[in-house]
Amino acid sequence: MISAKLYILQRLTALIMAPLVLGHLVLMIYAVQGGLSASEILGRTQGSAFWAIFYALFVFAVSVHAAIGVRTVLFEWLKIRGSVLELLSWGLGLGLLVMGLYSVYAVTA
Amino acid sequence: MISYSLAPHRRNLLWSAFLLHRLSGVCLALFLPLHFWVLSQALHNPAALEGFLEWTDLWYVKLGEYILVFLLGAHFFGGLRLMAFEALPWSNRQKTFAASAFALSFILATLFLFSAVQYG
Repeated sequence: MISAKLYILQRLTALIMAPLVLGHLVLMIYAVQGGLSASEILGRTQGSAFWAIFYALFVFAVSVHAAIGVRTVLFEWLKIRGSVLELLSWGLGLGLLVMGLYSVYAVTA
Repeated sequence: MISYSLAPHRRNLLWSAFLLHRLSGVCLALFLPLHFWVLSQALHNPAALEGFLEWTDLWYVKLGEYILVFLLGAHFFGGLRLMAFEALPWSNRQKTFAASAFALSFILATLFLFSAVQYG
């Protein structure tokens, strides 16, 4: 089951991500032209406060959103309950947050 | 003869839209750790990042990217449809909205593929 708090948090993070996903999609379609290279990607992102904030916010929102979404699937389809459910969803959320923020740091620092 | 025993509600287009939203979400959640790991290579192993990006030039990796962009589009447009469905006044055009979300995702992914393929 999903509590009212998680339900609202799921919609709130979706709303935060809506413009970010759109920006990410447009950037991908633009950047992929002529193939991707590390220097091209890093040339755009390194030292850029804009991309650092853009993607850090994206990582925060997606970590919460994915953890709640996967939690619902684990509950409904795999019948996982109680502390195991809490552990798996918190683990996924925190794991994505740490990995995501580290990758944002790696490409923008 | 093959007999289909799909429950009646699961033959509805909107159930397929629900299923696509759920499965695309799970796939994206599974893909994210790999995505983050590849980007983090920029910090301590730039050569590995470059090698990985070269690997994405292979046609079957491009096909995988095409599917991923489609899934992101489907989750994005499907999510907007879901929130409009919950928050806005009722409309009888739910199936049209779901089909439009699917079509937009397909167009978006195809745009990405056209942009990604190197000509000449």
